[in-house]
Parts: sequence; structure tokens; C-alpha cells
Amino acid sequence: MTSQSDTHRAITAVWKLEQPRLIAGLTRMVRDISLAEELAQDALVIALKTWPDSGVPKNPGAWLTQTAKRRAIDYFRHKKMAATKLVEVGHGIETDIPDQIETLHDAMDDDVGDDLLRLIFTSCHPILPAESRVALTLRLLGGLTTEEIARAFLAAEPTIGQRIVRAKKTIAEANIPFEVPRGPERAERLASVLGVLYLIFNEGYSATAGDDWMRPQLCEEATRLGRVLARLAPDEPEVHALVALMEIQSSRLGARTDAKGHPILLQDQDRAHWDQLLIRRGLAALARAEELGGANGPYALQAAIAACHARARHAQDTDWPRIVALYATLAQVTPSPVIELNRAVAISMAEGPAAALVLIDTIKDDPALKNYHLLYGVRGDMLSKLGRHTEAMLEFRRAAQLTHNEREKTYLLNRAEAG
Amino acid sequence: MRFMILVKATPETEAGIMPTASAFAAMEEYNEALIDAGVLLHCEGLMASSQGTRLRFDGERITVTEGPFTQTRELLCGFWLIDVKSHEEALAWCRRIPFDNGEEIELRQVFETADFAVNAVA
Repeated sequence: MTSQSDTHRAITAVWKLEQPRLIAGLTRMVRDISLAEELAQDALVIALKTWPDSGVPKNPGAWLTQTAKRRAIDYFRHKKMAATKLVEVGHGIETDIPDQIETLHDAMDDDVGDDLLRLIFTSCHPILPAESRVALTLRLLGGLTTEEIARAFLAAEPTIGQRIVRAKKTIAEANIPFEVPRGPERAERLASVLGVLYLIFNEGYSATAGDDWMRPQLCEEATRLGRVLARLAPDEPEVHALVALMEIQSSRLGARTDAKGHPILLQDQDRAHWDQLLIRRGLAALARAEELGGANGPYALQAAIAACHARARHAQDTDWPRIVALYATLAQVTPSPVIELNRAVAISMAEGPAAALVLIDTIKDDPALKNYHLLYGVRGDMLSKLGRHTEAMLEFRRAAQLTHNEREKTYLLNRAEAG
Repeated sequence: MRFMILVKATPETEAGIMPTASAFAAMEEYNEALIDAGVLLHCEGLMASSQGTRLRFDGERITVTEGPFTQTRELLCGFWLIDVKSHEEALAWCRRIPFDNGEEIELRQVFETADFAVNAVA
């Protein structure tokens, strides 16, 4: 026997599966994301009324689409009637609503995949602040509720709700065309889409606290959206590269913290806990990116570095010279002192602390790193290994002053004591 | 969360009879839908149990039995591994599998490393 709430949960699950495609198709029809969301919601309400008796239809996606489409037509008929009345009263308002109803009938039969891609590009539009792109993408494409997004970002629910409402308003007011950009604009807009997905991923990945189940779910959601995107834009090497990066990083999720939730460094992780299936998927996605000629894209290079770690069965098997070379290319593609610092760490593993220190000293006065505690921590580590203990102590103390993480501060002060 | 959808063998799969072209196409379409939605991690079909071997472990002793095995309903002929948000979503995907001739599947949730960590602490 199934209770009514079980049936409702099952129907909502089906609706959630169909929701992104439903909203994407509806947005192209009605050119308004908020209205599209309302119509999709209407379709759910009707499904909750009908399906418990009739059963879930064979093709629920088509059923929901048809139902929402009828609601849209009703909506525009009402609007037209209201507008006609206004005209009769003599306000003389011109309207294009009749044409809209004509086109509604065919609009939803086109390729749904294209609509989904349009929706991704729209919700990641650079006109929106980054945090709004993230919230809107999780809402529209990930099907997360406002409450779930708020929990994931440790924010108040009204804050996220406001953010989403404002984002939709901005898109409507700026008259952003619902389309996949072409030509030179495409690359720039795609970079924004990938940036949003990786931001979502990192929000979940960098949270080591792990007391809230929503945070790891962000990693899963970003990876899933990445896989969807790879299907929709199969010729874009950086899409596959980002998927590779996320799959490989996800493979370590189970090995990154100890039983108490304390982080475990890469070199100390139990590699038997790395998820080999995700590693294989990641390596395959990276190979795809490279086949498409994208080996030197920023995500491909980061994925290739992650792959070097993933391939090493033991920490001492790591191909450090290759990682050094990859960081060198990455630093050329996207110059940044933080990447140089990472390259220095790789150099210390490949060639020793003296060579690494030479590179660190070329970036240590970079204003961007002035308050970056890792710079001093890494420099202290090199000096300590070279036996320059007094200088090392000063660097560890400075790093300890700059970090906001208590556990890290204790660690650094202990190292300062030891020299 | 991950789920494994286990497909039970049938007399046809045990006899090594391949699915019809239309059944095959329907399954392709289903798999494509799983990939499009970003949920499919892995799927495979298994050869008949006549190609299989059983090993039973009793202390020092290992008994090896070659297939085929009887009791078809307890045998497997394939699996999907999917990554979804909820048990309901997993069920919704199961309901869409293009079977209509008495086939049976079993949906099982997969342990994640986090589950072991919790057990280790407890």
C-alpha cells in the first residue's frame, strides 16, 4: 500500500527530473524565466491532482510540457482579452499577443537540448554578479530549492531568494536574448558558464567542516551539470576538461578528511580510498579534451595536474617533473603568482628546496601575495629544509599571523618553534 | 548518492538470446537519457551464467563450481550505476527502464566512503 504522501513524493521526483528542460522549453516560448517557472509549477500542481488516479504517464516529460504549454496559451488569451478591453476603452494599446499565441503552438517542438543550453548560458550571463549566477544556475538547472541553496552557502534563505528574484529581473530588464551566443562572444560566455560550475564545485570542495550534507552535494551537482554540459556542447574541449578536473577531484572526497573531519594532505591520504571509477571517468574526459586539441586550456592543464596525482598509486610515485612542466604552461596561459607558488612547490618535489626558493624569491614581493599566508608557509618550509632555521622561524611566524584557521595557526607556530 | 540497478536474469538471457533490435534501440535511448541527465556512471550487460564460475569460502577450503547455475531469478544479467539526488529520483529512473515482459530489477543504494567513516567512529 502506498500512502498519498509517497505518491506525491514520487510525482515531485519526476517533476524535478523534468524541471530544467521544462523551464528551458517554456522560457523560449514565453521569453520570461519567472513566468516559465510559474507555468512549470502549475504543471506540477496539475500532475499532483491527476497522476495519483491515472498513474504516471509513459512519457512524463512530454505530458508536463503539453500541460504547461496549455497553461501558457490560457495565460496569453487572458492577457489578450484584457488588452483588447483596454483598446475598446480607447487607450489604443498596440499588442503583439495574437502572434505570440500562433508561435506558441510550434515553439516547444524544437530541440529541447538547445533550450537547455540557452538556459545555462542565460543563467550564467556576465551581466549578473557571480553569486547570482551561482544561485540562479543551481535553482534553474540543478533544481535546488531556495532553502537548499541557502543551506549550502550558509546564507539566510531570504538573501538567496532576493538574489534569485533580482537576477531574473536583471535578465528581463536588460532584454538578454534567450540564445546560445555565437562567434567571439561564445568563448567568453562559455568561460563564464565554466567559471560558475567550478565555483559551485569549489564551494562544496573547500568546505572541510563537512557537518552539513548540502556542501558535498554542491560537488555532485556541479559535476552532474558539467556532464550535462559536455553532452550539450560535445565539441568544446574546456567543457570536457572541467568535467575531468571535477571527476578527479571528487575521487578524493572520501579520503580528504579523517574520522573527526580534519583535513588530510594529498601526500598523506590513503589512496585506496580514492574512487577509481571517478578517476577513470576523469582520465577519459581529459583524453577527450586533449583529442579536441584543448591540451593547453586552463582547465585541461589543471585536470592534467590532478591526473598526475590520480595516476600515482603511492605519493612517492608522483610524476613531479611533469607537474612542474604543466604548472609552467599554466602560468603562461593564465599568469598568476599563486600558480607560480604552486609551481615552486612542485619544483621542490622534483629538484629540491634550493631551486624552489629561487622561484619563490622572484614572486615574494608581489603585492597580490602580501597577505597570502601560504607564501610564507611554503618559503619557511624551503628555508627549514635548507637548514636556514632562523629565517624559517620568522616566515612560519608571519604565516601564523596571517592565517584565520586556528588549526593551521597552531601547526605553523609549532613549526616556528622547531625552526 | 549512488544506486546500483541490478537486472535479474531471464530464461532468454540465460539461453544467450540477444534482445531484439527494437528492444536494443529502446535500451540505447534509455541509456542516452541517463547520460543526458548526467546521472549515468557505468552500465554493463553480463554474459549468461554458463560462462560464470562460483567460489565458496569455508575457512581454508574454497569450493569452485562452474556455471551454468539454476534458479534463474537469483542470477544477474546486467547493472547500471547511477548518481542521483534521492531515492525517489532513483526510483523515477527505474520506472523508465524499457522493460515490459516480466523482467525484474532490484534497486540498491551504494555505500559511500563517508558511511564507513561514520561506522568507524561509532
